[in-house]
Amino acid sequence: MTRELTRPLPWNWWLKKAVYFQFMMRELTSVAVFAYALLIIWALLSAADAGAFSTFYTFLSSSLSVWLHLVILVLALYHTGTWIALTPKVMVLWRGDERVDPGVIAGANSILFLMISGAVIWLVLM
Amino acid sequence: MGATDRTVLDVYRYLPDNESEPTFQSYEFDYQDNWVVLDALNHIKAEIDSTLSFRWSCRMGVCGSCGMMVNGEPKLTCETFIRDYDTQTITIEPLSHFPVIRDLVINMDDFMEKLPRVSPWLIPDEDKPLEDGEYLQTPAQVAHYKRFSMCINCMLCYSACPVYGLDPSFTGPAVLALAARYNLDSRDDGMKERAAEVSAHEGIWECTYVGECTQVCPKDVDPAGAIQMLKLSYALDWAKSVVMPRSSGS
Repeated sequence: MTRELTRPLPWNWWLKKAVYFQFMMRELTSVAVFAYALLIIWALLSAADAGAFSTFYTFLSSSLSVWLHLVILVLALYHTGTWIALTPKVMVLWRGDERVDPGVIAGANSILFLMISGAVIWLVLM
Repeated sequence: MGATDRTVLDVYRYLPDNESEPTFQSYEFDYQDNWVVLDALNHIKAEIDSTLSFRWSCRMGVCGSCGMMVNGEPKLTCETFIRDYDTQTITIEPLSHFPVIRDLVINMDDFMEKLPRVSPWLIPDEDKPLEDGEYLQTPAQVAHYKRFSMCINCMLCYSACPVYGLDPSFTGPAVLALAARYNLDSRDDGMKERAAEVSAHEGIWECTYVGECTQVCPKDVDPAGAIQMLKLSYALDWAKSVVMPRSSGS
């Protein structure tokens, strides 16, 4: 019987290739998205009570909150970009016998994302 | 005859009868600029060290036998030219994530066992009688699945996939791409029959979309795209079975 050699992945496998590192960063950015979801839940739960909302509002005004928002914004944008880049893989569209160019699908999704984001920003600032 | 130059191949050696740990052995020799890595390995085997073991067959990127890690990247060695490497030393290792039997020869039993699990053949609802002739398809219908049908089972995608490296129970890129190839075929009605294997946790849902399987594929099969498409189609099928349980037939 031949002794076969198994080679488990080392713990730092994701540091050995740029693609693997980018993948891990993409996965990690979902933590930031989750953290912001928790913040929104906090806002919703405190909305019914003036005292609780005041505490939430005080936190929002703090410099820690501003920095947190900036960091989460950058990470969420990266996260969104990775999903938009993925859309042509899932949305395979055909125009007759020819496949619609993946760049067109990703581009259309990017434009849609920018338009919706712009509309939300306009709603908030108006 | 092309021009000659000198190179060093740093080759992974594992001789289970003699040693318990793998080592690297360097071979220095002249090569011609039209040599691929497989030519160099055959040169070593014929002229320098006959004990070196590796798999190969067609030498033209069709059989999928000669996949190895070349400087850490999964490659078909019959398509990888030595002249394309700037470094004088090229490292050759067996495909990652598979057990090594000897030197550059890996055990592919896991892949071969998974391959038939997704029923990679046409499953029509009803077999047509012979007198009805062929199952005809339009070029558009062929185009829907053709890119997923070009797989040569070289397993480079498994070597590039860290999900498979971390959890060998993952069905894996090539097998799932093959399932997509048949699900997308207009002559096939076997999507539901494949669901138990394809839409299992170890199937498409284990994939976290690293995407490197598609990058290393020598035949542009795009297994990562196939898996994401399968996720969407099985998710829609599930949603349909919840909303319209009678029409889905499940």
